[in-house]
Amino acid sequence: MDKIFHLWVYLETTPLLGLVSTLVVWQLAMQIANRAPGFALANPMLISVAILSVLLLATHTPYSAFFQGAQYVHFLLGPATVALALPMYANLSRIRRSARAILPALLAGSITAAGSAMLISRLMGAPDVVVRSLAPKSVTTPIAMGIAEQIGGQPSLAAVFVLLTGLTAIVLIPPVNRLLGIRNPMAQGLAAGMAGHGLATARMLLVSETAGAFGGVAIGLNGLITAVLVPLLASLL
Amino acid sequence: MLNAFTLLIVCQFVGEVIARFLDLPLPGPVIGLVLLLGLLIWRGGATPAQEATGNWLLRHFGLLFVPAGVGVITQLDVLGRNWLVLLVAIPVSTALGLAVTGLVMQRLARRDEG
Repeated sequence: MDKIFHLWVYLETTPLLGLVSTLVVWQLAMQIANRAPGFALANPMLISVAILSVLLLATHTPYSAFFQGAQYVHFLLGPATVALALPMYANLSRIRRSARAILPALLAGSITAAGSAMLISRLMGAPDVVVRSLAPKSVTTPIAMGIAEQIGGQPSLAAVFVLLTGLTAIVLIPPVNRLLGIRNPMAQGLAAGMAGHGLATARMLLVSETAGAFGGVAIGLNGLITAVLVPLLASLL
Repeated sequence: MLNAFTLLIVCQFVGEVIARFLDLPLPGPVIGLVLLLGLLIWRGGATPAQEATGNWLLRHFGLLFVPAGVGVITQLDVLGRNWLVLLVAIPVSTALGLAVTGLVMQRLARRDEG
């Protein structure tokens, strides 16, 4: 028993525990998600976050101890964001041809999504830090955390909102498209990437490769647009 | 593989340096994305190894969100106090964003094709 205790104390001080648990739980979550295809909330990311959160709370492990190991996975968000240039390049000719449609669509969507989130939360009396952390919620995590920090929000809160938004988008995309008659895969993909970043885009890739490619374009461009627009919107608060 | 990964990291690094140096409001990885895109256009495409490495990372995008997502446990009190606001603000703003982007894109893309 003493030995186990010492082992635990040792493991808690190394990054190994956080890293191992993240990767193993992810494998498990993929298995679970694959058993329930088509069910929007059977998302490996959501399942992983739920399992790990319960584990940390149950073992009274502080988040900082977990993150000491998980940071190595978290760090890869940077290179993965850079890698979004690959699907963009692969669809460059299509993107060039519809550039005049993409830019106004993303601009209008970005202002709508960020503006309405800030307006609703402000009108409902949310504290300032919540309003400011909600603003970049449609943008991919590394960009959203950067924007939140810049405008006086809380990066970790913004990361949670980004996640919730991506999952919400996955659930809302089919009914919104059906209701409004949005059938063009380029429009479907662009909207998914704009409102629901990588999570919704990964989902769209299962439906259509074109939709997935335009989702990738939207993630990158919307990140740029929002990073410029949201600080301006926030200065109106 | 290592080559391709180094390229991604170098793009991110240079992007970070540019962002800090010029005081740009953009995160380093986004500038890195633009740099890589420019490089691909200049070189006329990616090598198979670059494709493989990049796509491997993109396929596991969900995993990369997990560490930040678990940060939810440090924000439980804020979420608990603002659950109603979030329950309204997130779905409504997400639906509006989806609708506006999708409709504008569908309308304008049709015009461009015709």
